[in-house]
Formats: sequence, structure tokens, C-alpha cells
Amino acid sequence: MERRVFGVETEFGITHQGGEHRGLPPDELARYIFRPVLKWGRSSNVFIPNASRLYLDVGSHPEYATAECDDLLDLIASDRAGELIMHDLAQRAEAAMAEDGFDGSVYLLKNNVDSQGNSYGSHENYMIPRTTHFRRLSTILLPFLVTRQILVGAGRLVPATDETPAHYAFSQRADHMWEGISSATTRSRPIINTRDEPHADAALHRRLHVIVGDSNMSETTSLLRYGATDLVLRMVESGVPVGDFELENPIGAIRHISHDISGTATVKVRNGPEMTAVDIQSGLLDRARRFVRENGAHHDQVEQIFELWERTLQAVASGDHSSIERDIDWAIKKRLLTDVAERGGLPQGHPKLEQLDMAYHDVHPRRGVFNVLAAHGRVSTQLEPERIERAVVDPPSTTRAALRGRFLSTARALGAEHTVDWVHHKLVDRPLDALMLKDPLLAEDPRLDTLLAKLGDRVETLREQNLAQRREQAVPLALSERYTLASPREFAEPPLI
Amino acid sequence: MSTQPQKRPHGGDENGGPAAEATPVSGSAQAQKRAGELDSMLDEIDSVLESNAEEFVKGFVQKGGE
Repeated sequence: MERRVFGVETEFGITHQGGEHRGLPPDELARYIFRPVLKWGRSSNVFIPNASRLYLDVGSHPEYATAECDDLLDLIASDRAGELIMHDLAQRAEAAMAEDGFDGSVYLLKNNVDSQGNSYGSHENYMIPRTTHFRRLSTILLPFLVTRQILVGAGRLVPATDETPAHYAFSQRADHMWEGISSATTRSRPIINTRDEPHADAALHRRLHVIVGDSNMSETTSLLRYGATDLVLRMVESGVPVGDFELENPIGAIRHISHDISGTATVKVRNGPEMTAVDIQSGLLDRARRFVRENGAHHDQVEQIFELWERTLQAVASGDHSSIERDIDWAIKKRLLTDVAERGGLPQGHPKLEQLDMAYHDVHPRRGVFNVLAAHGRVSTQLEPERIERAVVDPPSTTRAALRGRFLSTARALGAEHTVDWVHHKLVDRPLDALMLKDPLLAEDPRLDTLLAKLGDRVETLREQNLAQRREQAVPLALSERYTLASPREFAEPPLI
Repeated sequence: MSTQPQKRPHGGDENGGPAAEATPVSGSAQAQKRAGELDSMLDEIDSVLESNAEEFVKGFVQKGGE
């Protein structure tokens, strides 16, 4: 497969704090946060003009699912746009709550665990060919995903228990995984979820649903996360031999690895030796490099991904993390916690450090600790801020998302009742003309133009709003109307020549 | 420095703290400058966090997701 569709779904933690009284509970807070969404789309589960999906998930978690992307930087831009969208909604909720007499601050945290150990996810989607042999896929992908946390984990300060002292772990999610592969999500979380909803032509495609990942703040870590996973999938799909690292006990291994920040924990490979996560990842990196030497690089970031991959493995192996503390989430956060602990003489597990662990993931641009680090130039970035803001309003231009965005924005501008999801595009008045777009890689389709033409000549009268015009609209930027109707006067007067 | 960090909104300071721009300096001065920058950033972080860390952590409770 030359191009692949990617997407990521992020559940955000929410909390209301800092007022005179105890903050609102999550379900009431979530209602405030989604009030503008409900008003805009008469539902708390909507596709928005940038073609992504915004909804209130199980357990009162605001969730943002990026539209289909076929480019890693588009994916990262869309994911980061989700943070801006959530921040906008949080600010509006805070104002609305203040009006109702609830003071305090609204926090949206892009992390994966609360103070009582409840977990919520960051789910990756990768389109793979239906012909991919599932046994081969799991044999190669599971050990990669179990050990991937040493590269792209978000880091977590694990509170003390009766058995273990407070300590720093690679991953937020590792302790919340209960199975290797299965179709469940909430009851028994698997690393790979097999629920078969391709949102595409099921005869051709599968949507691989990976739910083991931590939510990343760093764009550089995100690039390594999606880029390395894509490379491993390419090897799976091509049929090349990839060393057999199948683990005897993937769930035991994922926890064991997470809790040993020294990187020396070993896990048992089936019919093989005890290996460290670094050993397994190094083996996979070598094979990925060989694969690219033989087959060529399929995008511009491949060498950068290899360099990051290798540098991170070296840092873990040597125990000297200074070479990655601008680039890799767990190492950035670990550096910060170390600095703060040293300055204040705080013991590991001090509430202040636990608070920082959470505040690192706060999406607020000036309060979120990752964002403060970024403002001080202490972390690397991959994207210009302008590109992220554009992704709040623009769908990715090279996939089906472009069509969905155009359909829903046009129908809205013309006041045409419509429904839309990942695949379906329907005008309520013309149910027989409903359009299914089953190829997520197709960004043009004449059938969509035909469908929109049924709305009449008025389609010709739409004027696309620029970013400044959209910012002026009263609604959250992500919900601003892309088109407005041109005033009739524009047509009454012929252009001057 | 205040021992009771006050929570206050942080204005969009584009200069990254007082020590952000400086003329070239010697090695130890450089290290001192870096330490000063770190200090001012950690102060800034302190000032934007909720002042009662324990309460914040305990109050951050969700229902399980996905």
C-alpha cells in the first residue's frame, strides 16, 4: 500500500477546580463544555467543518477523533488542533459557569489516568489491507507495541502503594491493559482491538485499532509514534521476515517494562531468550532500516524517524536521557519533575510532583505545563503554529475528509437538513440520493458535486470565509461556518472591466 | 520569592523571562544564565498551577473511558 489512512481518537480528562466550593462533577462539567456543540449541531456527537468528530464519550469524556489523514504531519496537526478546540470549549464553559455562579477554573487534560487509577484512551487507527494475515500481524505488532512505550510513552509518576514506593514509569496506559488482542474496550482493554468497523470498503480494507498508546503532547514524540508504527506495518504487509520477538506474556511484559525506567527489565521471548525492550526495539529498527534500504523511503520523514528511534534507544540503554529531553514526552516530563524536586527538596511522590505530572497534559496554552516549556523553547516542535490553527478549520485536503468537510459546510450554509458520518452523506429531503464514500483515500468524487448540485444554483453563490472572518463568528472557531451566501447585490452589478 | 505561590493569570510574555536575550558571555556566566532561565520558568509554572497541589490531585477523578 503506497498511502495509508491514519487517525487518532483522544479522550480528555476534565476537572473543575479552584473555586470557593468544591468543583462541579465531571458529568455536569461535560454538559457545560458541550453546550456550544449541542447548540450548533443539536447533538453532542457531531462531525465538524474540519471533518473530524467531536463527541461526549462514555464516562463524560470529551473526545476528539481526527479526520482521515494520509500524511503524518497532517495527522499531528489535526491532533493538536483538537487541543485548541478543547481549550476553546473549556474557556466558554468557564465563562458560562461563572454566569451561573460557579467560580473556578475548567481543566482539560490530555492524559490517560486520574488520581484514582481510572483510565481513558488515545486510540490509533491505521488502514491495512484486508488481506493482511492476522496471525502474522499480531506476532510482529504485539511485541512492537508492548515495547514502544520506551520510545513514545508519556511518562507517569506512579504513587506509592503498600508494595512499591512512588516511582517514575514510561507509560500512563501500561497498567490498564488486560489482553493482547480482543474485541472489547471497556471491560477488558486489549492492546489491539479487533472490532471490525473499517469505515471503508470491507472487502479491501481493515481498520487496525490500537488502544495501548499514551496521549502525547510532544509533536516530535507523535512523529516517532505514528511513523515507527507505520514502518512496522509496512514490513508486516510486505511479507519480509521480521525477527520473531513474540512474547510469552505480553501483558506481564508491558507492565514490567513500564515500571523499570532503567530500561534493564527483561521479558521472555517465546522459544527464545530473555530480552530487554531496547533489544527488541533495536532488532525492529535494524529490520526497518534494511527494509527501507531495499524498498526506498515512502515519505520525507523516514530518516528523521530512524534517527529519533535510534537516539531514544541509546538514551534508554545508557541511562543518560539528556539527549532526548527536548523530544520524547516521558523524558521531557522526567527532566521537569527532577528539576522541580531538586529545587524544592521534594521527595518522589510529593503531591506537587503528582500535580505537575497531570498539569503537563493541560491543554491551556499558558497554563499547561508542556505548553509553558514550549513557550520557553525547551521542547522541539514539528509544525508552525499557523498550520495547527488552520487544522482547526480545514479538513485534510488529500483524503475523503475533504469531501465530508465540503458536504457538511455547504449543506449548512444553504440550510439543507443533512446527516453525515465517516462514510455516509445524506440530504434529508433526498434520501434516495444518499452517497456512500467507501474509499478513504479519495479526495475528489464527481458524485458529491452532483449531490450538492441538487441544492440548486445557490451553491454558486457561496463565499468561502477566510480565517479572520471565521474568527469573528460568535461560535467556537472549529464550529464557524466555512461558507456564507453572497448578497444578491454581488450579482446585480456586472464587474467593471 | 513567595513561599505561597499565588494563582494568577499569566500574560502572553513573548520574551521568555528577563534573562532571555543577552550578549555572548563566558562559560560559567552561560551556566548561570541557564540556571536563571530555568528558575524563572519554574517560578512561572508555580504561579499558574492551583496552589493546593494535594487538593488538585485528589479532585481529579474521572469515570473510566473508552
